[in-house]
Amino acid sequence: MEATTLGVVIKAIIILAIISAIAGFGTYLERKVLAFMQRRLGPMHVGPYGLMQILADGIKLFTKEDIIPQNANRLIFALAPVITAATAFIALSAVPVFPDFTIPSWIPLLGGTFVPSIAADINIGILFVLGMMAAGLYGPLLAGMAQANKWGIIGAARTAVQFLSYEVVTGLSILAPIMIVGSLSLVDFNNYSSEHGWLMFTQPVAFVLFLIGGFAETNRTPFDLLEHEAEVVSGYATEYSGMRWGMFFIGEYANMITVSVLSAVVFMGGYNDMWFLPGWLAIILKIAFVFFLMLWVRASWPHVRPNQLMWLCWKVLMPIAVINVVVTGIVIMV
Amino acid sequence: MGLEQFKNRNIGTQNYKMLDLEQVPTRNFDKFKQVVKRTFKGELFVGLWVTLRAMINALFRGEMHAVKYPFEKLPISPRYRAIHEMLRLLESGHYRCIGCGLCEKICIANCISMNTRYDENQRKEVSEYTINFGRCIFCGFCAEVCPELAIVHGSRYENASEQRASFSLFEDMLTPIDNLNLQQEYQGFGAVTPYADDHIKKTPLAY
Repeated sequence: MEATTLGVVIKAIIILAIISAIAGFGTYLERKVLAFMQRRLGPMHVGPYGLMQILADGIKLFTKEDIIPQNANRLIFALAPVITAATAFIALSAVPVFPDFTIPSWIPLLGGTFVPSIAADINIGILFVLGMMAAGLYGPLLAGMAQANKWGIIGAARTAVQFLSYEVVTGLSILAPIMIVGSLSLVDFNNYSSEHGWLMFTQPVAFVLFLIGGFAETNRTPFDLLEHEAEVVSGYATEYSGMRWGMFFIGEYANMITVSVLSAVVFMGGYNDMWFLPGWLAIILKIAFVFFLMLWVRASWPHVRPNQLMWLCWKVLMPIAVINVVVTGIVIMV
Repeated sequence: MGLEQFKNRNIGTQNYKMLDLEQVPTRNFDKFKQVVKRTFKGELFVGLWVTLRAMINALFRGEMHAVKYPFEKLPISPRYRAIHEMLRLLESGHYRCIGCGLCEKICIANCISMNTRYDENQRKEVSEYTINFGRCIFCGFCAEVCPELAIVHGSRYENASEQRASFSLFEDMLTPIDNLNLQQEYQGFGAVTPYADDHIKKTPLAY
């Protein structure tokens, strides 16, 4: 028992450290990929190929002046970015990333320890993750309302609009795979796909719907209404600066990673061995592909208006998701 | 252009290809059909392919358009009008300016001022020559009017100094005597760009 507790703590720290680092690296990747797609070079001058740009940005964020506007609600203003970052990381605690492995025995102290694939293998994993990510939307909502700024208010209103729209779609789209697998645990999803193949092929509609919902959930481009610079300056993040803004940013990228991992585990076969690829490499490739897809889509597609988003989610995607659930149910019964 | 086309060039009488603007659907079922059609048309994937192709071309086929400016520069046209240069005679190395004062006269911004005097050979020499770059609008009239091709526009556009007057002395604009062999002859107004041949297109007569 002692060892497991310690293991969970260690794993939580590792997740926190690695995901923060990857979130920073994600900004670098995003800038690079977007630049390449626009025939630019992206960051090039800080370090080799601009790799140290993350460090420079981090230093800048940490040393920037922290401003709280005069009429803002100070407590909520300070709390909102923490909500975004914290919920993003809490969601990641229930997401399996690597297959179970045993630490090789030549490593001192920890050698021979069995490491399960997940920090907190709760049996309602997927519900917990989606719930946490949904709770993360309180960050932008409160931030927008607390900062006494018109753009912030618009951003908060759009957060509410977006929240009300996509949540139905993600929930209903993931329902069909849950019915097939018969469990909410992400490990069960992984085990199911090792026996029956990827759920992406048996549930293509749910996969597409989940991707669309995931894009809306992480405020990625076709649905980046909350902080679209050209329309609402920076939306809910208008008045934020320094590390408070940085926490929103880290939260957003952590959410992107969570959605990538979710779609990899639920729909794309998880961390099972794939042909000659070992499981850990396979899932990293899958996560990287979904992450790249997000950047790719951002470079390619224009974004929708809030009313179009509501129209899309309520009038198109939700009926499709319901039909998908019903058809899946009938197929399972028969 | 054929003869028939040539005789009939009035706008509105030709066979234009009209934009195929569909009727905006009014009935709900037509709207639904439009949504379905647009959903399965795959235009979004065309968009994805366009950006991916741009990325592949940029990364692997050398179509990256970025110029790392302080380290690389784009070639500028010889017609470009930047900070002036005073050229020397190639034979003697003496400066070309004969002190005629035409540039001072024609300068519409009144920024050139010069003093001249007779030297011991009763030849006019320039004792003072300054261009006030705070006033200069780089119109190029001085270079155009110069009978000796003495004052020309150079290609030096990256200027940094505490004050603009620092670029303006005659000695600073004059070609250094030890760089005389590197002095570029000014090609004049209407000169072609360095890679004009690559950009040129054949006239119809050449076909």
